[in-house]
Amino acid sequence: MEMLETFAAHYNYFITIFLMISGLFIVIARGNLIKKLVGLSLFQTSVYLLYLTPAKILGGTAPIYDESYKLYSNPLPHVLMLTAIVVGVATLSLGLALVVRIKEAYGTVEEDEIFAKDPEAE
Amino acid sequence: MIGTPSAEAFVMAVLLTLLAAVTIAIARQRNMFGVVILASIYSFLMASLMIVLDAVDVAMTEASVGAGISTVILLTTLYLTGSMEYPQRRSVAIPLFVSIVVGAALVWGTIGLPAFGISDAPIHQHVAPTYIDFSRKHDMPPNIVTAVLADFRGFDTLGETTVVFTAGIGVLLLLQGGWRIGGSRRDEETEGDDEI
Amino acid sequence: MRLDLILRVGAKLILPFILLFALYVQFHGDYGPGGGFQAGVIAAGMVILYAIIFGVHAAKRIAPPIMVEMMVPMGVAIFTGAGIAGLLMGNNFLDYTGFAHDYLHAHEWGILIVELGVLVTVCGTMVAMFYAFVQRGRS
Repeated sequence: MEMLETFAAHYNYFITIFLMISGLFIVIARGNLIKKLVGLSLFQTSVYLLYLTPAKILGGTAPIYDESYKLYSNPLPHVLMLTAIVVGVATLSLGLALVVRIKEAYGTVEEDEIFAKDPEAE
Repeated sequence: MIGTPSAEAFVMAVLLTLLAAVTIAIARQRNMFGVVILASIYSFLMASLMIVLDAVDVAMTEASVGAGISTVILLTTLYLTGSMEYPQRRSVAIPLFVSIVVGAALVWGTIGLPAFGISDAPIHQHVAPTYIDFSRKHDMPPNIVTAVLADFRGFDTLGETTVVFTAGIGVLLLLQGGWRIGGSRRDEETEGDDEI
Repeated sequence: MRLDLILRVGAKLILPFILLFALYVQFHGDYGPGGGFQAGVIAAGMVILYAIIFGVHAAKRIAPPIMVEMMVPMGVAIFTGAGIAGLLMGNNFLDYTGFAHDYLHAHEWGILIVELGVLVTVCGTMVAMFYAFVQRGRS
């Protein structure tokens, strides 16, 4: 019973870790560069969750001040993650721009074929 | 929280399970168009989850950035690169093993964290109450996230804005520069720039 | 022949409201959820929607590429300018206390200027990135 309670109290963290290792798996296992970038952004999103989960207080409210509420969730992780999301899409675009250039130079976005065409990368 | 199952925790559990399901679908999907649309669904689910987690500002950003802009950018990239992923030629055993080992280590570390949603966790004791009390005392803007973002931690935000600026300049250099490695075609717009 | 009549008319109906919503999110960010980052992305989304439906050339008439590219560094300059203005008034970098006669007004002004800088950079960067990807053409 105690194990079940621990599981319920940490369910958010477990799903966060699942998303994280899924992103890691996609980055390592898939050869398509765009899919790798999607995996990387999955990993990044799981980090948002990792920050936002501890910030929540059950029974609290969003950190917008009002006379009738006393308990607020922690605003600091929200600030950090808000900027991280916009920076995340900017860096994702930078990665995609590199993929477009790779496609133009090698004619493919599959990692194996790029290695085959580029003997120095072996 | 334990023993008093609230509606919040239930909604959160449902959304988290859906997120995990969408993630599995993304890993298995071969058609890149499908992957991009699934990633968009993932972002909307994540935004809903952020609302339940009380992070309304972050949810708004995730809904507009994750499901809007990044989907558009990914789709334009697919237009430029083609949308099918080739069948996998190498084994997934080693990546799976690495992921599971990393995941097991993280789960082992997570057990020691404080339970979800309790108000006396260490994270709620030090910096955040200072921000909340200070902005209440000085009649700062009611949205504490905005006050922290632009005022208390303006330096952070300046750094993040600079990163966005740098990434934008990088994309423009990569995609609008006149030079092209090993390419034969040249853009009409960059006619007259020096060749490599 | 235009088969996408409904799309075009519908887009013309909602586009001004998207821009209005971006401005609402920007200036109401002190009181509700929102701020420069979200408003910038929503405004960029309006330009991108216009480009998707009416073509990139039409979009470049309402948001010329040179203006968009100027916006990318301009926002950082506004932000840094607010910081340096704090320095010149004898306070720390990014301390807005000297901007107005009392503490609350000074910080309201400071937050407004800083959020404007964020809006300009984010909006400019997103639209510039979109233009860069779109005009690359299939190779």
